[in-house]
Amino acid sequence: MTGTTPLSWYLALSALLFAIGTVGVLVRRNLIVIFMAIELLLNAVNLSFVTFARAHGAVDGQVIVFFVITVAAAEAAVGLAIILALFRVRGTTNADEVTTLRW
Amino acid sequence: MSPLLFLAVAALTVTAASTVVLHRNPVHSALGLVSTMGLLAVLFLGLDAQLIGVLQVIVYAGAIVVLFLFVIMLLNLQREPRGLDGPLLVGAAAAGGLCLAALIVRGLARGAPPAGAGVQAGFGGVAQVAERLFTAYLLPFELTSLLLLVAVVGAVAIAKRRPS
Repeated sequence: MTGTTPLSWYLALSALLFAIGTVGVLVRRNLIVIFMAIELLLNAVNLSFVTFARAHGAVDGQVIVFFVITVAAAEAAVGLAIILALFRVRGTTNADEVTTLRW
Repeated sequence: MSPLLFLAVAALTVTAASTVVLHRNPVHSALGLVSTMGLLAVLFLGLDAQLIGVLQVIVYAGAIVVLFLFVIMLLNLQREPRGLDGPLLVGAAAAGGLCLAALIVRGLARGAPPAGAGVQAGFGGVAQVAERLFTAYLLPFELTSLLLLVAVVGAVAIAKRRPS
């Protein structure tokens, strides 16, 4: 096998990663692991963006990925701060035990 | 990137991503996440996205996952006492995930990308991406600085121990 990889293979891998991330968000109970699965989702979509940027020969897709990485960094900082604050109050990071809005 | 190399990297990526989702120890999940990020950076390099590939390693693997590890250690999380609830749930989750992947592939196939025309020299390098970033995307770029500022202030305000 020589030559270059068809770009559709990258899209298939991206879809697979997105599915894995979705399953992670749905089946895990640890909030931090759910959060990691969300990062996985963002990365799967980033792969699609870069693939389409390559396919069209335009760097716009890569610029979007740049913004997604920025948003992911901000999201991780705020989200982990919320998880920390939650852990201080409730002593757990289990999503099933954090079901009340007030206590 | 040659197809063989792609298949090898793709298999490793899927394995690492599955580790994130399936492992009961959160630290192992975080390490799986680092591996996924690194392997995706390799794929980005294969797609002529040098700048994004390097950013991926620096920001994702270097900063975000380290933040995750800090929080995991701060909270002293142990292995989860229970794993996934039995083979039924695991089977349903796997089947659902595969259906979702098939659905996305089908959707993407309808708008299949062009065969991948040749790209000019320097595609995806710092110069080209920066040129686009500072002209067409100048406003969003400036707004990200505001976003990061708000995120930093918000994170400090939320995580600060309140005097009680």
